[in-house]
Amino acid sequence: MTLSRRTFVKVGGAAMALPLLGSRAFAQLEKVKIGFIYVGSINDNGYNYAHNQGRLYVEEHLGDKVETIYVENVPEGPDCERVLRELAQQGCNLIFATSFGFGDSVVKVAPQFPDIAFEHATGYMSGPNVGLYNARFYEGRAVCGTIAGHMSETGKYGYIGSFPIPEVVMGINAFVLAARKVNPDATIKPVYISTWNDPAKEADAARAMIDQGIDIIAQHTDGPAALQVAAERGIVGGFGQGADMSAFAPDTQLTAIIDHWGPHYLASAEAVLAGTWAPGDTWEGLKEDVVQMGPYGAKVPEDVVAAAEAVRTGQIDGSFHIFTGPINDNTGAERVAAGVTMTDAELLSMDWYVEGVEQPA
Amino acid sequence: MELTLAIIITVVGASTPILIAALGELVVERSGVLNLGVEGMMLIGAIAGFVVQFHTGNPYLALLSGAAAGMAASLIFGFLTLSLSANQTATGLALTIFGTGFSALAGSSYSARPVTLMQPLLPAEIATHPIGKVLFGYSFPIYFAFVMVVVIWYFLHKTRAGLILRAVGENDQSAHSIGYSVLGVRYLAVMFGGAMAGIAGACFPLLLTPQWAERMTAGRGWIAVALVVFASWKPFRLLAGAYLFGLVMTMELYAKAGGGVLSVIPSELWAALPYIATVVVLVLISLRRDASTNAPACLGKPFLPAN
Repeated sequence: MTLSRRTFVKVGGAAMALPLLGSRAFAQLEKVKIGFIYVGSINDNGYNYAHNQGRLYVEEHLGDKVETIYVENVPEGPDCERVLRELAQQGCNLIFATSFGFGDSVVKVAPQFPDIAFEHATGYMSGPNVGLYNARFYEGRAVCGTIAGHMSETGKYGYIGSFPIPEVVMGINAFVLAARKVNPDATIKPVYISTWNDPAKEADAARAMIDQGIDIIAQHTDGPAALQVAAERGIVGGFGQGADMSAFAPDTQLTAIIDHWGPHYLASAEAVLAGTWAPGDTWEGLKEDVVQMGPYGAKVPEDVVAAAEAVRTGQIDGSFHIFTGPINDNTGAERVAAGVTMTDAELLSMDWYVEGVEQPA
Repeated sequence: MELTLAIIITVVGASTPILIAALGELVVERSGVLNLGVEGMMLIGAIAGFVVQFHTGNPYLALLSGAAAGMAASLIFGFLTLSLSANQTATGLALTIFGTGFSALAGSSYSARPVTLMQPLLPAEIATHPIGKVLFGYSFPIYFAFVMVVVIWYFLHKTRAGLILRAVGENDQSAHSIGYSVLGVRYLAVMFGGAMAGIAGACFPLLLTPQWAERMTAGRGWIAVALVVFASWKPFRLLAGAYLFGLVMTMELYAKAGGGVLSVIPSELWAALPYIATVVVLVLISLRRDASTNAPACLGKPFLPAN
């Protein structure tokens, strides 16, 4: 067919009207096809590995009622739009975009496919068919920070971050708030390396911090490189991030924060099958088992394990919240009054550091 | 003082793979061939080195395997561009893409498998004093890189074979008419470049971070390619350039991690320095009266004998 101006206007008009239909009921399905987009490799032993474990969890539980496809190493940028469209055209009913930086692409592409359910991890922009899901990683950070507070000799911690987004800032803050409940003089130094996956740079950042006096390291990047440097240099310890990384540093990993996305992915897949899926905004943590703690390392003394367990169980039964005031920012100004707990919205837009965080250069 | 020495050790580690890969590419380009597949050959060398280190625990064997794997990858490039006269730029880019994918495939069953780091070359007694450690505390590839700078300089400028290689790069038709095998010389150069890129790649799991991770070279192959131009095809300038880039990449992290003296220069400036330095060097090169950039005259052109 030749594309005349008239058909162009018609098609264009129809396309523009699509989003106006707004949220609509999803049909029941015999079989659900799910697409996953990962920012890195499923073999990174960390963040993307954990998401892929979630995918396998769904396959295991739904058997032949589910088909999954995944795309690895998708850059956070315009290329993500192409991948999203491809997944949509391949007939996916449900698409998980598993990294923060995919958000812009998801809200752009989702209106063009109103029959497909999109879910974006760790993001903040929802839509009629765009749900959000996240995990309260900061709860795990609070457990790690408690251990760091007890075990560090210098009271100086290093933290390798990827980008200064609220998710990362929140983790740094939770870590040092927990540590300072044990050691009020503790400080943490964040170093941002502007990438999720560059093991050599992560390792060099770890070396740079260890050479300048830190003795416990945490990281919010995707792999075990920092933990390996911690083992090589023989500092007090480090933490696994995303997955249990004890294979890389058996004596150095004090514990690990394990992302356990499976139950969430399963619930969403079942909702799509039943035709009951609606864009949600879930933020689950230790209590819902979406965040788990790895085994405690052999060198963590019993009393420290007990203290860490108290923080962990306190967050499960709701008696403890790491972001309960009084909290000052790192200029000394009070941000949260005594007894007040920050709201989820405040946490998800956190762009300031608590006391004890050295302002990143 | 102690910190300065620690920084030097990290800089040496960061610079060495770039230097080794760039030295290989320098020889390739001097023979008139532009191989943009350095990043891909490095990744193939990295996975080959990792696999051998994982199974045998012999780092020298791992380096050799990295070299062999890099050389094998370079032969694909050599066959396409030399025997079939394919476009060198496009083929080199294809080799990088191939290397990225192939190494990921070959390494897919090696996640969550750490290896041991390569031990220092010299006995630990020599490196007990901090200054001794800075000079003598490294493993083999660091010294290998320095030796290769001298060897390549000597080869290119003091030997007959080096003269032939340069002649092939400067004027392939003349070299051919005198009776030298242009393609033969270029094949050898390309294979040498592949082996060096493979060793450089193997340095990542052996020296820097003892694991396999997809795309673990993270663009350093491209820095190596750029450095050859930066160094105007001269080995000793390449040494300086590689260490300058390594210093700047490392200092950005130390400046971010530290306070005091190190934060005098903001980390953003450290991060920008390689680009500023590149611009300055390019300006200096083009300011020269004779407009000679020292680039081999036949760089990137396929060789098609006139008769």
